[in-house]
Amino acid sequence: MQLEDNGANKVNVKAALSLATCALLGSDSADAQEPLGQSLASPTPWSFDTAVLLYTEADRVSALEAMISANKEFDDEHFLTLKLTIDTLTGASASGAVEQPQVQTFTRPSGNGQYQIAAGTTPLDDTFHDTRVQLNGQWTQPIGKDLAASIGAHLSKEFDYLSLGLNVNVSYDFNLKNTTASAGFSHFKDTFSPIGEIPKPFASMLIGNSDDPTWDNEFADTRLIDEDDKSTTDILLGLTQVINRRMITQFNYSYSMVDGYLTDPFKVLSVLNNQGISQDFVYESRPSERTKHSLFAQSKYHFESTILDVSYRYMWDDWQIKSHTVDTRWRFNLQGSHYIEPHIRFYDQSAAEFYQPFLLHGKTQPAFASADYRIGEMNAYTLGVKYGLGLNNDEKLAFRLEYYSQQPKNSGFEQPVSLADFDLYEGVDAVILQVSYSF
Amino acid sequence: MLSMMKTVFAVISLVLLGGCAGLGVQPWERDLLAKEEMALTNAIDSSLDDHIYFSKEASSGGKSFGGGGCGCN
Repeated sequence: MQLEDNGANKVNVKAALSLATCALLGSDSADAQEPLGQSLASPTPWSFDTAVLLYTEADRVSALEAMISANKEFDDEHFLTLKLTIDTLTGASASGAVEQPQVQTFTRPSGNGQYQIAAGTTPLDDTFHDTRVQLNGQWTQPIGKDLAASIGAHLSKEFDYLSLGLNVNVSYDFNLKNTTASAGFSHFKDTFSPIGEIPKPFASMLIGNSDDPTWDNEFADTRLIDEDDKSTTDILLGLTQVINRRMITQFNYSYSMVDGYLTDPFKVLSVLNNQGISQDFVYESRPSERTKHSLFAQSKYHFESTILDVSYRYMWDDWQIKSHTVDTRWRFNLQGSHYIEPHIRFYDQSAAEFYQPFLLHGKTQPAFASADYRIGEMNAYTLGVKYGLGLNNDEKLAFRLEYYSQQPKNSGFEQPVSLADFDLYEGVDAVILQVSYSF
Repeated sequence: MLSMMKTVFAVISLVLLGGCAGLGVQPWERDLLAKEEMALTNAIDSSLDDHIYFSKEASSGGKSFGGGGCGCN
């Protein structure tokens, strides 16, 4: 192991990444061959932001996400950002079924095999293993006096999911650049082709022997199509205002229209009898449209040696979900370039109008229903701390540790007597660890 | 409640717009605002956080585009 020449190695990594980025763009890489990524023709070198994040829920999902972002200013205020994100997901996710006083058997979403859930345990589907690759590019430049435009593209691919997106944003500075008004538009097209295909709404989950010769045909009867898509159109209007030498604020209104397949093909609802005992599992069904609005306000204040960052978001949609989010960061500058930044976030949401924790046998089937706790009544909080420091040559290193806790709530559903001792709204706790390095 | 919040937000926005001329700093007073840590967004942290909360909660966006992007569970 070579411990010397650390500085030279870092420069070489940066030069190699600059060269690779230039090669991808097909541009002149003369500047990248310079030891520090600099030349007379292009005085601003590439800069890179990298991060690795580990997200771990107790007994449920784990995700590992790595990201690298390459940034460059080409001419005066012409900026290019290219970002690559790779993440892997493993573990178990709540299926929507309720826990029972007896063992429960479920068929995997693929139709290949079954799994059992012990009595008194929240049913989790441990089928999820996925790797996602995401690419983003964003170009920003002035388009006139006090006017700037930005255009970006997005591509994200998983084994069973493809997302393509474009965005455009225009901003206008006035009042000595103390006020900036902006308008943005984005459009995403997502295609979902889940393994085992997309189930029919409210079809009963087939339970039995998947080695039986009739199994494949019977399972196919519960399926609708092999893939479906959704489109998302967002409009974002923003106003940023410098208040004084120490304070800046931002206000946004955003409108989002989602159209297409919005159901989760892996989620089910338990169908219970009067005693609360499960008779069946049926696949969930959500409306094919959702319109969301949100108001967002943020303010940042620079005290003598600390910076306070407070934001609030109010979101409402036509699924009757309303949510409040308060996010606060307080940065304390320590000696040298070291700092520590505590973080607190509170989140509270009401349930979608078609959310219900289970269906009752013999009752009229609703038009839509989902037992996914993520669209049920819930509150959540995040507590975290970030510690960062500057290194040589403008390099920066930061560590972030956070604890995220979700508490789903009963939004007024009567719990069957036989399930009285069970927690149908089990909380989820997660730990988030992130290391960031910029150079 | 909702219409009241919308009204309050509209009033605040109008007051801010109307009062913009009286707010702000001269170019030579931007020493603190120009610091990197006074930027309204940390792009990397925000992007990672957005992915987590998009996957685990019913709300997304607000600060930037909510978008689609993953079949997250």
